[in-house]
Amino acid sequence: MKSFAKTSLKSFLGVPLARPRVAFFELSSCEGCQLQLLNNEATLLEFLALLEIVRFREGMKEASDDYEIAFVEGSVTRKDEEERLRNIRAQAKIVVALGSCACFGGVNQLKNRFHDLEWVKQEVYGSWPVDTQEAKPLSAFIAVDLEIYGCPIKKEEVERIVTDLVLGQQVRHPQYPVCMECKAQENICLFDLGEPCLGPVTRAGCDAWCPSNRLGCWGCRGPAPEANLTQLYAIMRDRGISQERILDRLECFGGFAGFVADLKKEKGEEGKE
Amino acid sequence: MKVSCDIDIKRLTRVEGHGNIRIVIEGGQVRTARWEVVETPRFFEAILVGKYFENAPYLCGRICGICSIGHTLASIRAVENCFGITPTTQTRRLRLLLKHMETLQSHILHIYFLAAPDYLGVGSVLPLVATHPAVVQQALRLKLLANDICDEVGGRRMHPTRPVVGGFTMLPDRYRLGQFRQRLQAALADLDASVELFLGFSIPDFQRQTEFVSLRGDGDYPFIGGELVSSDGVVKQEHEYAAMTNEYMADFSTSKLSRLSRESFAVGALARINNNFSGLLPEVKEVAGALGLNPVNHNPFMAVVAQLVECVQVVRESTTLIDQLLDAPWQETRQTVQPQAGIGIGAVEVPRGILYHCLHLDVDGRISKADCVIPTSQNHANILHDIEALAAWCVQQGKSDQEIELLAEMLVRAYDPCISCSVH
Repeated sequence: MKSFAKTSLKSFLGVPLARPRVAFFELSSCEGCQLQLLNNEATLLEFLALLEIVRFREGMKEASDDYEIAFVEGSVTRKDEEERLRNIRAQAKIVVALGSCACFGGVNQLKNRFHDLEWVKQEVYGSWPVDTQEAKPLSAFIAVDLEIYGCPIKKEEVERIVTDLVLGQQVRHPQYPVCMECKAQENICLFDLGEPCLGPVTRAGCDAWCPSNRLGCWGCRGPAPEANLTQLYAIMRDRGISQERILDRLECFGGFAGFVADLKKEKGEEGKE
Repeated sequence: MKVSCDIDIKRLTRVEGHGNIRIVIEGGQVRTARWEVVETPRFFEAILVGKYFENAPYLCGRICGICSIGHTLASIRAVENCFGITPTTQTRRLRLLLKHMETLQSHILHIYFLAAPDYLGVGSVLPLVATHPAVVQQALRLKLLANDICDEVGGRRMHPTRPVVGGFTMLPDRYRLGQFRQRLQAALADLDASVELFLGFSIPDFQRQTEFVSLRGDGDYPFIGGELVSSDGVVKQEHEYAAMTNEYMADFSTSKLSRLSRESFAVGALARINNNFSGLLPEVKEVAGALGLNPVNHNPFMAVVAQLVECVQVVRESTTLIDQLLDAPWQETRQTVQPQAGIGIGAVEVPRGILYHCLHLDVDGRISKADCVIPTSQNHANILHDIEALAAWCVQQGKSDQEIELLAEMLVRAYDPCISCSVH
């Protein structure tokens, strides 16, 4: 990992902390991932002490273009966002894609499935002219140094990752699926309740957030390494879960785009649904 | 000396989403006074087409990071109204408790993190950590409490996991609900301190007559479903929402806009209190009186005060809701859902005002058409006309450039706009 100038008097276990200059940006999104950062009130002040926040439009009036780490939330859906993103890349040492929209296109990319942007615009705005393009992740336009998955992101995970960044440690994502975390919590298996769940193929790190609340996983964190999607699909079909409900989850956040495309090709789907 | 200024604020800070303010005054004449919405549209209404009904609450919650619970509940209500499902008393109480706690967390976020820095002369909440530690701590305590209850009831504070069509996937823990009741009681002291803080703020003495739109409850303070009313005397039912919102497009905004009896109307905490003052608890009416908020109040800056008054209302109502929940044994978590073809509309008062979701569903429960009318999109035209009136008022008062710029920013912030939500 890149290191930052040690400018701060703060230290952690005797190691001086860098306190990097950090900026937050949002493209097309609900801005929920940035809000999640404010949503862990108990540790918020300690967390803020790790960073020098120089730009956070949603929370502060002051704004600087001199930053080292850029957290970018949202997907790219318009030309001006492409430009903003390239400018951010030119300035930042580290660009972090914050949340599923930035990593995979998120729920915004669901509009791409119609392969007909004119129809999409017509459906919402009628004949009124509106500017938009296919929703894409940051990595379609720039090199991304680090991805933080989830819709929404999990604050505890972000705190761990940011601490690693600040201390210059390697950031590691879990290599196992959500199903492992769910089993460790001894939850009732959603399959036994007849619910679709992508836990067996989705990258862990959320501590089985949804399944622990008895909601099947929708795959917001994208595929775990070596996820066996074909097998999961067969298991869910065996359990009587309709292809439509499986597809709804697989295509929801864009993380499984390749598999969804193959599945739709098999189904012989073309164009509008 | 005649007022002249050229204010061009791009991507206003300390609001959710992207909007610009442009004010040009030359020799005491207002040339331009505009509020522009530049947010990128995300096309949720198209995204929903062809999807099975269970996607609606899950996807629509993601319209907004702040009021995801409100969106989830509006979609659920739309589907349930279409399918002819009446929620059980237990489900209704849990939903209202969840809704109240979203209102509390959202209002506290706005009051302390977005609005208060202007009144305390700083650019963000960060310097207040050093200068006003007690104030920051009480804000964080209130917000934490609200979010903790949202986690317990809704499964997650943002993009909730448990509320579904028919009820909940899981019920909260009774012991923890009891503990939350105690924390809600303790929160009243923090709210008293917040009222004290507000008494020290000087709220700009600006007025513009407008129409206020909200739900009207059945004798109580409304939050989920009910009649749609306006302070100009319009009364409609939930299914007539389109006649209440009359959406249209304009070239300065990627969000749709609304009008009713006048050129614009307002929704949100101030509209709710103006239209439902009698439904406030007696203790809450006293708080409103102490803060100088009496209906009908036409000062848009008072919206922040109205939010604080609502915080007291929802905290007090939530303790009662927990009592009622704990007084009854748990019933089934969710009802069986049988799709029915039709059109379902759900109206819910979310933190920034009345929210409507309308879903056309086929016999298998698949969505053929969707429409979401967002509080902030209903407020945009009112913000625009307020900015015009504010510019003229500033000329009259002989305000300086810096004062005009700050007042314009504070005015927009007072609406607590959720701009990405409004464009969705």
